Amino acid sequence: MLDIFTYNAHFLLLGQYPNGPIGGLALTLILALLGLAFAVPLSLLLALCRVSPYRVLSVPSTVLVYIVRGVPLVMLVFWSYFLVPELIGHLVSAFTTLVVTLVIYQAAYLSEIVRAGIESLPKGQTESARSLGMSYGSTMRHVVFPQALYNMLPSILSQCISTVKDTSIGYVISVQELTFSAQQINASLLTKPFQVFLILALVYFAVCYTLTRCVQGVEQRISRRRATGKMSNVRSIINDSVLQS
Amino acid sequence: MLLHLDFASIFAAPNVKHLLWGVQYTALLTLTSWVLAVALGTVMATLRAMGNPFIERLVAGYVAYHQNVPMLAQLFLWYFGFPTLLPEGAQGWINTHGSEFIFASIAIGLCMAAYYSEDIRSGLRAVSAGQHEAARSLGLSFTKSMRYVILPQSFRIAMPPFINHTVVLFKNTSLAMAIGVAELTYTVRDIENQTFRTFEIYLVGTVIYLAVSLSLMGVGAAVTRHTRIPAK
Repeated sequence: MLDIFTYNAHFLLLGQYPNGPIGGLALTLILALLGLAFAVPLSLLLALCRVSPYRVLSVPSTVLVYIVRGVPLVMLVFWSYFLVPELIGHLVSAFTTLVVTLVIYQAAYLSEIVRAGIESLPKGQTESARSLGMSYGSTMRHVVFPQALYNMLPSILSQCISTVKDTSIGYVISVQELTFSAQQINASLLTKPFQVFLILALVYFAVCYTLTRCVQGVEQRISRRRATGKMSNVRSIINDSVLQS
Repeated sequence: MLLHLDFASIFAAPNVKHLLWGVQYTALLTLTSWVLAVALGTVMATLRAMGNPFIERLVAGYVAYHQNVPMLAQLFLWYFGFPTLLPEGAQGWINTHGSEFIFASIAIGLCMAAYYSEDIRSGLRAVSAGQHEAARSLGLSFTKSMRYVILPQSFRIAMPPFINHTVVLFKNTSLAMAIGVAELTYTVRDIENQTFRTFEIYLVGTVIYLAVSLSLMGVGAAVTRHTRIPAK
């Protein structure tokens, strides 16, 4: 098994990179990063729309989130594969299709996490900010978001890790990412499917498990900071107890 | 594109029959993998609660593997990889009997079991140690105190993530199309290839998925409300 890995390591990790398009694990990571780079801002916007008092904003964003949460990722990939060229008028690569899908999919899930973070903050936070004369926008920007995002950081980060796993769906539209590369190696070797796919699983595991451990570190740090009360930028719990006493 | 929608050709008799087969396979796959996942998840969460460090490590490893590897990779490993480890006779039997469905159930079931076991574990941890001690002092064995006292409470606490993961499981059955299980997504693609009515058939497929997912979420919310342990 080790010889299969060493022999195909370059293809699995970088694709045909110096002599051809980048692929393999590198492309998987690029896809995930690119997807997140757009999904995170979009998710903040979606969350803001969902908690907004205006129905014009809250209803469509809620509908969008429920649709994305209720339909399989594969189905969404097929939808973008078909709709994106129709909407912009020219053909796009499978890579772009996948990025668009990942952005919408992850933005919906991330916005749910952000919304939960916002809603779990005590009402007093918004009320006191407003009574201090801050506008709605500046309350959100300076009081609500910093606390909600900090509290939800572990969940947000684990959702980011699942983006790495979700890129594997690129296989069905022939994006040259890790899973597709493994399938190509399997097709050329023919007789060693177990070894090839075990290597595939282990590569994903190595990447995602490392990231998971980092997130767990962040989580512990946050709960430690809460426990000792040394919170430089988050005082929600302290303030809450003060307000409720 | 949207000017001339033609649902009539989609809903022609052979297509509807085809689509219903897909729905049936999706339902069946959801059911078999759900049963496997919930059963195994419960067993693993219980085993982990017993406090044996070796078993604990083992289950933690299982969970880590299944949560950090994409389900698609797991499906490939089971469907393409696993049969080659079997003796030749068994391989021949598998090749002639169409094993996609069985391996899809196993892969999805084992993967989701990891998520369910974590849900139940967090439920178990939320039940106070006093409950267990009280049950044991009343003379219930470990299994009985689990069965009658701890697990019912943890299930109630773990209900919201449990429902969520059931929706995820249902949606993930669509991945089985990659190994050729003729479930709903596969059927939708098939009908699309035959009729070229892409928008219409995708819409029908999406509506079916959405209807089931939203119903699951709705029923889940009702069950959660019903089983919620009221705050003291």
